[in-house]
Amino acid sequence: MTNLTDLTLAEARDGLKAKRFSAVELTKAHQQAMGAGKSLNAYVRETPDQALAMAVAADERIARGEARPLEGLPIGVKDLFCTEGVESTACSNILKGFTPRYESTVSANLWHAGAVMLGKLNCDEFAMGSSNETSAFGPVVSPWRRVGDETPLVPGGSSGGSAAAVSARLCLAATATDTGGSIRQPAAFTGTVGIKPTYGRCSRWGIVAFASSLDQAGPITRTVRDSAMMLQAMAGPDAKDTTCADLPVPDFEVAVGRGVKGLKIGIPKEYRVPGMPTEIERLWEAGQAWLREAGAEIVEVSLPHTQYALPAYYIVAPAEASSNLARYDGVRYGLRVEGKDILDMYERTRAAGCGREVKRRVMIGTYVLSAGYYDAYYLRAQKIRTLIKRDFENVYAEGVDAILTPTTPSAAFGIGEKGSGDPVEMYLNDIFTVTVNMAGLPGISVPGGFDAKGLPLGLQLIGRPFDEETLFAAGQVIENAAGHVALPEPWWE
Amino acid sequence: MSVDQDTVRRIARLARIAVSDDDVPHLQGELNAILAFVEQLGEVDVTDVEPMTSVTPMAMKMREDGVTDGGKAADVTANAPAAEDGFFLVPKVVE
Repeated sequence: MTNLTDLTLAEARDGLKAKRFSAVELTKAHQQAMGAGKSLNAYVRETPDQALAMAVAADERIARGEARPLEGLPIGVKDLFCTEGVESTACSNILKGFTPRYESTVSANLWHAGAVMLGKLNCDEFAMGSSNETSAFGPVVSPWRRVGDETPLVPGGSSGGSAAAVSARLCLAATATDTGGSIRQPAAFTGTVGIKPTYGRCSRWGIVAFASSLDQAGPITRTVRDSAMMLQAMAGPDAKDTTCADLPVPDFEVAVGRGVKGLKIGIPKEYRVPGMPTEIERLWEAGQAWLREAGAEIVEVSLPHTQYALPAYYIVAPAEASSNLARYDGVRYGLRVEGKDILDMYERTRAAGCGREVKRRVMIGTYVLSAGYYDAYYLRAQKIRTLIKRDFENVYAEGVDAILTPTTPSAAFGIGEKGSGDPVEMYLNDIFTVTVNMAGLPGISVPGGFDAKGLPLGLQLIGRPFDEETLFAAGQVIENAAGHVALPEPWWE
Repeated sequence: MSVDQDTVRRIARLARIAVSDDDVPHLQGELNAILAFVEQLGEVDVTDVEPMTSVTPMAMKMREDGVTDGGKAADVTANAPAAEDGFFLVPKVVE
């Protein structure tokens, strides 16, 4: 019998239903893999007792014929989600010890669907980063290595722990969040599937807020079908989140088999950036050929304001972050550093509790919102955001159903290799992904191929608002054409 | 646009983050690198463009004007560094 941890989420669901193995066996197999995989530092907190209790309850429900959609399936949860009774830190020192008395809506949805929680996954501090190197718990090591090279690589970020755990088979699937690319970029770096749904598809209640107009929860999985299964369970209306749309969740799994016959796929010319590596260019062309062979029409389109998305993002996101992180002041939860008066307490607490990248972004955000600068920076960036969204609306109005681009400008890089001199160097990782958050659209990354050193590369599809179904349909076509991604053998055990 | 060291200290004060004298030049460099990067936004013609207020067009949801939650002082203060009798304890705020 193959390792239980090598199964996809869908295969495990079928296996449990056919009683080939039990939920307890499935959970224990993962816990064993987690124990052997500690050097990757993907998990920041394991929840073994809770996982086993949930698995036992799952087996009872399966025996009674009352299995829910994700019954008994073991998953990991990014430490940005508040999990009741389980420490939730956003991978920051300022929230060390914070144990929520409530469950985030998205994770509650997963438990109501029968999923089992293996533990909390590592991420960049407050979701700010593209490599998982800013975590207060230390970097995540990617299960991928360059051929013939043992240099530790980043799994991407901010959902690096989620992507690494799924890729290394330390869970069947994981929850993640995406503000500028934090689901799609690590999925691309680790040969996994990551979808950021439309803004408003999932509830943000109980997720530590970074940038409220950009954040969205989504799953990281090994296949497109698994991604549809997870998003199905995670998504849905929530009265506690006014930005969560009151729309019913379509049957995403059905959409996976729909194909792309007659669809129009747009190729935005502005994404062909100067100096783009040939491998990425070739992968993009391969993606177009695959979709064309499956019956789609490929058309060139223009998104004229593309180049301004990243700089506009680095005004809007830090501005919103400076507001959202104002609550971490040592008063109601988390770290408190005593001071000579209340102001001193605030300043010392925040200086001690927040890492360098977080401080940088909070300060930029504070500056661009301050008197005298608000109009020149924040207001202007919000106007440019309107133009970015309008570019997409114009393209979709011409009959385009989805847009195809590379997910990232390169494959994964080494830990410590980027960003120590110039913060902007790290930000450029998100150049193809931020436009999607700025426009509130859904975007999926699907593994498309490998670079010359054997590292995964991803293809991104951007969809119309609330049309994740087309992304799953087109994503499945790419997955079929690109062939099975052989995940790395466990060198880390 | 770039910031000088006094501005860095002023921003830190607004953000309620203590910065040491040693930190200031380094932070100044990093903030200026980011500001230099966003400078290009000045090129865009934004005449008659409305700033985005809602990324996904939606009407604000209304709810019933009634008590549906609360009465959980113990839960609310459970994670506080210092709490007593349902109050958060802090250093003196008003002189």
